[in-house]
Amino acid sequence: MTLAPNATSPISHIVTTSVDKNQPGRSAWKAVTTPFQAVSRPLSIALSVLVWGAVIGGWFALTYSGAVKEMFLPRPESVLFTTINMALDGSLWEHVLASVQVVLIGFVISSIVAVPLGLTMGTYRIVQAALDPLVNFIRYLPVTSFVPLFILWIGIGIEQRVAVIIFGIFFQQLVMIADSARSVQRDLVNAAYTLGTKRSDTVFHIVFPATLPNVLDVLRVTMGWAWTYLVVAELVAARSGLGYISLKAMRGFQVDVIFMAIAMIGILGLCTDQLFRGIRRLVAPWAN
Amino acid sequence: MDALTLATKPKSADIAIDNVALRYGKGDNAVLALDGISFHVVPNEFCVIVGPSGCGKSSLLYLIAGLEERTGGMISVGGKPVTEPGPDRGMVFQAYTLFPWLTVAQNVEYGPKRKSMPAAERRAIVEHFLHEVGLAKFANHYPSQLSGGMKQRVAIARALANDPQVLLMDEPFGALDSQTRHSMQKLLLRIWDHSKKTVLFVTHDIDEAILLADRVLVMSGRPGQIKKEIRVGFSRPRSMDLVMEPNFIAMKREILELLKNDEDEEH
Repeated sequence: MTLAPNATSPISHIVTTSVDKNQPGRSAWKAVTTPFQAVSRPLSIALSVLVWGAVIGGWFALTYSGAVKEMFLPRPESVLFTTINMALDGSLWEHVLASVQVVLIGFVISSIVAVPLGLTMGTYRIVQAALDPLVNFIRYLPVTSFVPLFILWIGIGIEQRVAVIIFGIFFQQLVMIADSARSVQRDLVNAAYTLGTKRSDTVFHIVFPATLPNVLDVLRVTMGWAWTYLVVAELVAARSGLGYISLKAMRGFQVDVIFMAIAMIGILGLCTDQLFRGIRRLVAPWAN
Repeated sequence: MDALTLATKPKSADIAIDNVALRYGKGDNAVLALDGISFHVVPNEFCVIVGPSGCGKSSLLYLIAGLEERTGGMISVGGKPVTEPGPDRGMVFQAYTLFPWLTVAQNVEYGPKRKSMPAAERRAIVEHFLHEVGLAKFANHYPSQLSGGMKQRVAIARALANDPQVLLMDEPFGALDSQTRHSMQKLLLRIWDHSKKTVLFVTHDIDEAILLADRVLVMSGRPGQIKKEIRVGFSRPRSMDLVMEPNFIAMKREILELLKNDEDEEH
């Protein structure tokens, strides 16, 4: 594919010419301190490994030096061994699966409603006028304060945890998706009209494809929030899941299990994040 | 009749504007953007409206397209009163309005697809018009990979592929550099010569207006009114060197004077 010159090319051009002047030290410094200047792939990988190394190294240093008691901060390898043991006896997968299930059900139900409703809300002022005040009120209510109410209403089963996630992300999704629908260029819609698009087809033919990359970004971001609300729900009322084993581990002073649960959530979050980035590249290649 | 003759079959209509007015707002805050506009564009004519920015010339085009609602008067295209936007009035906008999620070919195909035209016919039309604007090689590119001039060429192809009765052009070359603008003007004249659509073209560039038009309508602002109608008799095909001819310069001077008076009145 031949790409039209983009906005960054003039900058890279300047940097390349300064490299040619046999001033490698100065120009390399200039290159990395230039705002928005791209860095090479090896350098960016090296940097991320370095930061990770520093964090884990610091962890080793703190535990092995005895600066922090192992009761509060476990040694890195004991977290690793706990993870391996729990993976081998199957209990890890049971809890991971329980958590993933809750997050996915809550996320899917919320998204299935929020995407079309958000697009409609952003496109039709009358829908916006009707829903905006209510949605913006609910959006600021802390989800945690609803947990007791949900337990009272729907008990402590999986439905309760799913409800917490839906309540946590639905209104945020709605507002952000409506915003991106509202920002669709008007002349794009006008052009569609002059090409024979019916008014009733505008959401499907224009607003939806135009906002698709944004919608996927909203889903990606709110998926991260779903994991946060999962732990909130599981800490209060659950018999399985990563939040539940953290709470149980706290009672037994098993700090390594808490660490493992936190790390697992991080890894799962990273996976779903990458998944959404992959989907975006696949279904909206034009937006990259 | 095969797909291609169907697509290129000359089909054009007249545009009748009768005492059209456009008012924004109500009461004391009302602004009269257009007032008492009347003119008639005959089928196959290339008519250009030239006027200062803010004179309402773009609004007039939006009214004809049915994208805005007039507050007075009558507009009809091909004898049919304009009440809403429709595919009989193709439009090329000043802003880039290609659908970024569709490839060049899919953009051109968009209108025919809305008409549920069979795929084979659509393909022939896309091929024809991409060839016509010289972008056959870029069929599978996305708009973000094209330059500004190329985007507007695709926009012209997209509007024509839909076989409208009239083509409305709202300063389509306004954002282009002067060299690209010249080649676009040549390209547009060639395409118009092939398709013989009725064209109503809006610009603030006097050279562009005279070079392209059969007739130039000079517009003044606040409220927007047609000040004068000038027939451009230069033979076609026209060369870009026309701008140096004494007749051309005389005509340009006349239009400049008209627009200058307008400015003086305002101050």
